[in-house]
Amino acid sequence: MAGSALWFFLLLAAALAGRATALWPWPQYIQTSDLRYPIFPHNFQFQYHVSSAAQPGCSVLDEAFQRYRDLLFGSDFWHRPDPAEKQHTLEINSLVIHVATPGCDQLPSLESAENYTLTINDEQNFLFSETVWGALRGLETFSQLVWRSPEGTDVMAYSKFNVFHWHMVDDPSFPYESFTFPELTRKGSYNPATHIYTAQDVKEVIEYARLRGIRVLVEFDTPGHTQSWGPGAPGLLTPCYSGSQPSGTFGPVNPILNSTYEFMSTFFLEVSSVFPDFYLHLGGDEVDFSCWKSNPDIQDFMKKKGFGNDFKKLESFYIQTLLDIVSAYGKGYVVWQEVFDNKVKVRPDTIIQVWREEAPVSYMKELELVTNASFRALLSAPWYLNHITYGPDWEKVYMVEPLAFDGTPEQKALVIGGEACMWGEYVDSTNLVPRLWPRAGAVAERLWSSKLVTNLDFASKRLADFRCELLRRGIQAQPLNVGYCEQEFEET
Amino acid sequence: MEQRGWGLPRLLGLLALLAVQVPRSSASSYMGLWPLPLSVEMSPRLLRLSPENFHIGHDSSSTAGPSCTILQEAFRRYYDYIFGFYKWHRGPAKSHAAPELEQLLVSVVLDSQCNAFPNVSSDESYSLLVKGPVAILKANRVWGVLRGLETFSQLIYQDSYGTFTINESNIVDSPRFPHRGILIDTARHYLPVKTILKTLDAMAFNKFNVLHWHIVDDQSFPYQSITFPQLSNKGSYSLSHVYTPNDVRIVIEYARLRGIRVIPEFDTPGHAQSWGKGQKDLLTPCYHGHTQSGTFGPINPILNTTYSFLSKFFNEISTVFPDHFIHLGGDEVEFQCWESNPDIQKFMQQKGFGTDFKKLEVFYIQKLFNIISTVNKGSIVWQEVFDNNVKLQPGVVVQVWKYGDYAKEQSRVTAEGFPVLLSAPWYLDYISYGQDWVKYYNVEPLDFDGTSKQKTLVIGGEACLWGEYVDATNLTPRLWPRASAVGERLWSRQDVRSSQDAYKRLTVHRCRMVRRGVAAEPLFTGYCNHEDRV
Repeated sequence: MAGSALWFFLLLAAALAGRATALWPWPQYIQTSDLRYPIFPHNFQFQYHVSSAAQPGCSVLDEAFQRYRDLLFGSDFWHRPDPAEKQHTLEINSLVIHVATPGCDQLPSLESAENYTLTINDEQNFLFSETVWGALRGLETFSQLVWRSPEGTDVMAYSKFNVFHWHMVDDPSFPYESFTFPELTRKGSYNPATHIYTAQDVKEVIEYARLRGIRVLVEFDTPGHTQSWGPGAPGLLTPCYSGSQPSGTFGPVNPILNSTYEFMSTFFLEVSSVFPDFYLHLGGDEVDFSCWKSNPDIQDFMKKKGFGNDFKKLESFYIQTLLDIVSAYGKGYVVWQEVFDNKVKVRPDTIIQVWREEAPVSYMKELELVTNASFRALLSAPWYLNHITYGPDWEKVYMVEPLAFDGTPEQKALVIGGEACMWGEYVDSTNLVPRLWPRAGAVAERLWSSKLVTNLDFASKRLADFRCELLRRGIQAQPLNVGYCEQEFEET
Repeated sequence: MEQRGWGLPRLLGLLALLAVQVPRSSASSYMGLWPLPLSVEMSPRLLRLSPENFHIGHDSSSTAGPSCTILQEAFRRYYDYIFGFYKWHRGPAKSHAAPELEQLLVSVVLDSQCNAFPNVSSDESYSLLVKGPVAILKANRVWGVLRGLETFSQLIYQDSYGTFTINESNIVDSPRFPHRGILIDTARHYLPVKTILKTLDAMAFNKFNVLHWHIVDDQSFPYQSITFPQLSNKGSYSLSHVYTPNDVRIVIEYARLRGIRVIPEFDTPGHAQSWGKGQKDLLTPCYHGHTQSGTFGPINPILNTTYSFLSKFFNEISTVFPDHFIHLGGDEVEFQCWESNPDIQKFMQQKGFGTDFKKLEVFYIQKLFNIISTVNKGSIVWQEVFDNNVKLQPGVVVQVWKYGDYAKEQSRVTAEGFPVLLSAPWYLDYISYGQDWVKYYNVEPLDFDGTSKQKTLVIGGEACLWGEYVDATNLTPRLWPRASAVGERLWSRQDVRSSQDAYKRLTVHRCRMVRRGVAAEPLFTGYCNHEDRV
C-alpha cells in the first residue's frame, strides 16, 4: 500500500501571497510569514486550554470543533499515515482554545464580544477569545487559512454574519404557527399542512443559529403588511369603506379597538417567549392610510382624539400602544425608519432600521437624523440584494461606507451595523442561495472588517476564492465573473 | 421595507393571489397548458385515471412499435411525470363517479423516423383526442408524439380527493416556428453534463427543439477534440473541465430522445483566445511597433496552415455532431491586432484590400464556408457576417443578436433572401428586478417591414443565456421560467398574446417544472403545492 498516496494532509499557510489572500471577511489585523505547517487529520485536534473558562461539554464549541473538523478534512480521510512517512517539518497537531469568560449555554446578544486572537507559529497554535462567540469567529478564520495539498445558516457563519432577521409573515401568507392563535396559520398560510413553521421548526432554527453564534431576530410587521393576519383573526383588520358601505376589503390593523390591543398583548407574549433574543422587530413600514380614511368609525375616533386629519398621529397612537405592550415583556425593539420619520414617540433604546434609498431623504442623511436624535441605527438601504442587475453588482454593495455621514463620533457609534435583505417577491428555495451568495459576502466584509479594507481588486480575488470555498462546503454560491472552481456545483 | 412602487408586478401580484390560491383541483387544466396549443377544445366532462390501470402504448395502426426506443423511453418518462411523484397518494378515490381513462394509444402515421435525428424540417404536429376509455394521440412522426405526450401530461391534474383527472378534449397542434432554441455557454463557465441534461429536460417541457451549444470561447476550450487533443489539454480551465467524446454523445442522444437538435458553435475568427494555447500559430501575433507584443488576436487568416487545421477540425466536428448545421460564430472580430501585424499588412496589400479589414474577415469567412460545404454541412452565423457584406451562399442562416434596431436587421437579411434566427430581444443573461418575462413574451418576431415571403424566412429564435455570470449554481433558476416566455412565443399562434392569461398558465407550469425536478424560479409571490420536494 502506497501510504503517501492514500493519506493526505493539509497545510496551514500564512504567506500573504498564498492562502491568506482567500480570507473573507478580512480580519482587523493580520501579520503573516512564509512558514507553512502540515496538519494531519488522524492526529489533529482542537483542545481547550486548561485555564479556559470553556471546557469539554461546552455545546457551542464542542459542536463547532466537530463542524470545522469535517470542513477541514471531510469525513472520508481518516487513514493513518505510515509511521515511516513521518514528516520532519514541524507539524500542527492541535489548536488550543482559550476562552476568557464563561458562558456556553447562552444565546448570542447584541452586546456579545466576538473579538479573538489567533496565533500560529513555532511556539504555539493558540486561539484566544473573550467569549465562545469570538472563538467561533476565530475557528472560521483558522479554517480559511488551511489549504489542501497537493491539490487541493452555515454560510452566514462562514462570512461571520451574526444576525438572522426572519421576516416571518407579511400580506401574502402567515406561516408562523402560533399556539395561542392557531387560526392565524390555518387560515393565513399558503398551505396549513406544509407551508408553515411549527414551534419545533422555530426551535431548531434558533438552536442551529446559536451554535454558530447567530442571533435570530424575528419580525412581525404591523400595522401594515398584515393582510394574511385577517382571515385567522376576525375583527383585527380595518374594514375599508366605499362611500357609506364596507367594501369587503381590509386595510391595516384596526387601531381603534381595545380588542386589537388585547390580541397583540397575547400574541406578543407568545412571541416573546418563543424567540429568546432581547430584540423583536415590529415592522411599522409603509402604512397605507386610504382604508383608515374611508372608515367612519375611524373618522369618529380621530375626532375624539383630536388627531384632525393627520393619520400619522393615528399610526403613532397604535405603535406607541404596541411598544408599551412589548416593553412590558422586557423586550427591546427594532422598527423600520417610517416609525422615526412619522415622529412616533418611541423609547430611547429603540433601534431604527434605515431602508429607503432616496426618500424622504438619502439614506446617509437619514442615518444622520436618526443618530442625531440619539437612536441607534441599522443600515439596509444600499443592501437590498433582491434587486438584481446584470454584472458584478457586489462591487457597489461592497463600496458602501456606513459611517460616511455628517455626525459626531458619538453619532457614528450609534450605527450598530447593517443587514443584507433578500425580500421574497421573486425568491424562493429555487433561487435564494445563488442570489444571496456570494453577494451578501460583500456586506459581511463591510460590517466586519476595518474601514480601510476597500481595495476592489484585492476583494475581488479573495471573494472569488471564498466563493469556491463555499461551493466546496456545499453552498450553491454563484460566480462573480468568468472562471471556474476546482469543485463545481453538481445537480442532484 | 419593501418598495411597492412597481406597477405591473403589483397588479400581477393580485392576480397571483387569485390564481394561485385556488386549489389545484378547481384550477382548470386549460390553465396549465404551456405553450398554448394551436387549437384546444375542452369539454366539462371529466375522466379519471388510476396509476394502476392507466397505460400508454402503441396503437395497432401505428408505424412505430415496441422497437422504437424514442417512444418506449418517452412512454415511461411521461408515465412518471404524470404519476411518479404521487405514488404515496394512492388509495381510496375508487368510488369516484367519473368514467375512467384507461389508455393513451399512440399512432404514428408516416414513416416514424424512430432512429433518426430531428432536423429543421421535422414534423412536430400532432392531434390528441381525449375520450373515455381510450385517448388517441396521432402524429406523422415520432417528433409530434413527443410534443403530444407533453401536452397530454399537462392536461392531467389531481382533484381535491387526489384523483387524477382529465377533461375530455380535442387538441390539434403544431409549432409556429421550426427553430426554437436555447443557447448555453460552456466556455465562460464550465457546465457539468448533468446540468446540460437537466436543461434538455426543461426544454422538452417547453417544446424547445434546439440546443445551441456555444461550447468554446476566449476563456476556455472544454471540447475534447479527437484530432487535436491539445486544444482542450491546454485550453480548458482544468483537465476535469472538459467534455469528452462520450459526454458529447450522451448529450446528443439525450437530446434526440426529446426531439431536440444539438447545434455546436465554434466561433471564429474572434472569440478564439483559448484555441491558441493548444494550437501553435493559429492565432495572429499582435505587434507593438516592430516587435511582437506577446499577445494574440483573432485567428490568423493569411496562413495556409490555418485552413488545413480548420479543415481537419471541422471534418471531425461534422462527424461528431449529427445535425446538418454548424454555428460558425463570426461575431465581434477585433481588427487592431490584425492591423498591428506587418505580415497581415503585406497580405492586405497583395490582395488589394487596402486598409479595409472587413475584406480580410470576409476572405477568412469565405474560405471557412467552403470548408463547411465540403463536409456537407450548413452554416449559421452571427449577424456581423451578413453586415460585413460577406457573400453568403444561399441557405446560410443569419442569427440576429444586436438589440438596436433588430427589426430593421431582420428586414435587411430577409430582403436578401437569407433565413433568420431572432435572439436580440432574448438575451436572458441580462437580468433585472421583477417580471422581465413579460418583456420577452411581448416580442413579436415578425414585427418588421417586409413582404410575406420575407416573413417566411424567419425560421425561429433562441433564448440566449451567456455564461459570464452563470454556472451550474444559478443556470436553472435564471433560465426557467423566463425562457418559457420565449418558448410560447415561438410555438403558439401569433394572437396568443395576453400576458394576464399567460401569467396564470405560466405559474402552474412553473410549479410543474419544480415538481419534475427543475428548480424554476417563482414569477411572483405565491407557492407551489409540492415545493418541499424540489
